[in-house]
Amino acid sequence: MVVARKEFADHLLSARFIILLFVLGLVAAIPLYFVADTIRSAAQANSGTPAIFIALFWYAPDVTDQITLPSVAGFLGIVAPLLGIAFAFDAVNGERARGTLPRLLSQPIHRDDVINGKFAAGLAVIGIVLVSVVGLIAAFGIIRLGILPAPSEILRLALWVIVTFVYVSLWLAFGMLLSVVVRQAATSALIGFGVWILVTIFGGLITSLVGGFLAPISGSDAQRLANNQVQEIVSRLLPDTLYREASLVLLSPQAMSRDISTPATIDGYVQAQQQIPSLTSLDQSFIIVWPQVVALVALTVACFAIAYVRFMRQEVRA
Amino acid sequence: MTSGPRLAPKRRIVPRQGSAAAGASPAESLDDGSVRIRTRKLTKRYGDLVAVDHLDLEIHSGEIFGLLGQNGAGKTTTILMLLGLTEPSDGEAWVVGLDPARHPLEVKRRVGYMPDSVGFYSDLTGRENLRYTARLNRIPDELAETTIDEVLDQVGLTERADDLTDTYSRGMLQRLGIADALVKDPDVLILDEPTTAIDPLGVTEVLLLLRRLVEERGLAVLLSSHLLNQVQSVCDRIGIFASGRLIGNGTIAQLAERFGDGAAHIEAGFEFENAADAERAPGLLRAIDGVEDVKSGPRPGDPWLVTVRPPSAGGAVRQAILSVAAAEGLRLVSMRPIVPSLEEIYRSAVARSTGETTGAVH
Repeated sequence: MVVARKEFADHLLSARFIILLFVLGLVAAIPLYFVADTIRSAAQANSGTPAIFIALFWYAPDVTDQITLPSVAGFLGIVAPLLGIAFAFDAVNGERARGTLPRLLSQPIHRDDVINGKFAAGLAVIGIVLVSVVGLIAAFGIIRLGILPAPSEILRLALWVIVTFVYVSLWLAFGMLLSVVVRQAATSALIGFGVWILVTIFGGLITSLVGGFLAPISGSDAQRLANNQVQEIVSRLLPDTLYREASLVLLSPQAMSRDISTPATIDGYVQAQQQIPSLTSLDQSFIIVWPQVVALVALTVACFAIAYVRFMRQEVRA
Repeated sequence: MTSGPRLAPKRRIVPRQGSAAAGASPAESLDDGSVRIRTRKLTKRYGDLVAVDHLDLEIHSGEIFGLLGQNGAGKTTTILMLLGLTEPSDGEAWVVGLDPARHPLEVKRRVGYMPDSVGFYSDLTGRENLRYTARLNRIPDELAETTIDEVLDQVGLTERADDLTDTYSRGMLQRLGIADALVKDPDVLILDEPTTAIDPLGVTEVLLLLRRLVEERGLAVLLSSHLLNQVQSVCDRIGIFASGRLIGNGTIAQLAERFGDGAAHIEAGFEFENAADAERAPGLLRAIDGVEDVKSGPRPGDPWLVTVRPPSAGGAVRQAILSVAAAEGLRLVSMRPIVPSLEEIYRSAVARSTGETTGAVH
């Protein structure tokens, strides 16, 4: 549609697109630099190591003895929300501020074409950025490190990109909601980034605080268990956790089912000793993370729905 | 500014006024094919506040109608309802024969709108902004290019068309706004405060442009403003808005008759040959049927002010003055009817309406 096309062109030519592409690329390059060495030596040592290509993405490298960097996927998971927010925070309130909204709405287009078009354009740009960055990393792995991906690894990577895309579109919908509800673009940007910092960096703190509040530990094992469970439930409410769990399972076949406990696995605590370390196959990985993915999609739809309804009801006045 | 060439013939394939498919216009507006905007008891309430109070309005093609009123009188709300951008609380409206609340897309296709303090995308040029509008109106690209060139020429922005709208002055933005409203080749133009924040020369240009557009294209133009003297110079009919109600509606002459002091004024200048003539003149003038009073000007040689009641007798009185002057040998050098200023009419109308009503205030 016409609005989507114009917004997409605007995004591609905008400064923020270049900046974000650059930032994301840099952010992915940092762990890659450290990971590359480890992987290359591992690949040279045993040249039949399964799923080594995809380790490029999930392996968290040790920089020194004490410091472990997040993996490439981890870094992307932290920074990707910025993508979502950046392309949406001034979508509607920017039009309002420039005085173009009444003129736009007086054209013979459906009112929802405006918000749908902007969202679609945002999705398209995000898709481009994600695919480019992941493509570059994959190319690096293949060309510089000489590692060839197996078909199942390629599939895992593709699925992971899709899940990352859904995750970023959640933040896009959130940014869009902010742009509809908040008058000033600057304020909506600040709120968006504030929430991002809160969820991403302080997410763990929040869950342990809430856990401590609802199910305090005072020594007994049963209480520790209860506390753990509450923390898990609270952390599942944060989309960041959902994404990280899905990411981990999709990307690393070595992930034990005890690393995340889901309805598809039995509670990790009890079963840990009985687990035989092995590689989970792709379809099993997918079954494990299916609830997370559905939850992310549901959150995205909910955010966008609220933004949509609020936008349709708003008064047009300049 | 040069006048542009006529646009390509209309390429509309939509039902015209009066089609059975539209199904929303009443029988009366079908008879008079030139009524473009009509409202009946149109009302808008925001909670307790009545922003527009039972408005009855009719605007024809080929005329410029001025909606006059203070800020907050309800002009913008009325316009938003006519465009289908706000739902009326009560009453009905028909724009080009359609109900804007039920057929908003169709109405928007045929109505060009320029909002209050119109804005454009500052990272696009004027021409690109117009192209976007053309695309939103589903105008094929080739036709759009020629149309854009024409409207830019008509508003006089051809040289600056390919500069970023960031660099435009306020007056240029207003003109681009008019061009933007014209891109879709509309039947009706609705302009909200088109001359506010423009310098006096710019205002004249815009008003002349509007006049020319109406004459060339037979548009119906509704413009709202709170700047009385500008509205006066270009509007055919005027509606006075106060507190959401239309308290006066008609040409300036009609409004003057309704809200004036009930008298017309004529300015008559004489060149008397001797003092005796100068003394006879007032008596002779007062003797004319319909003349209420004759006042001399502040300095000797200034024209005399003749008050005529009722105002309709103005024409006859002027004739009479001519014949009296000729018969009595008085040298009449100038005579003109004084048109009451819109500002006086407006003030008197508002004062009268607040005097009459008690409750309908914010």
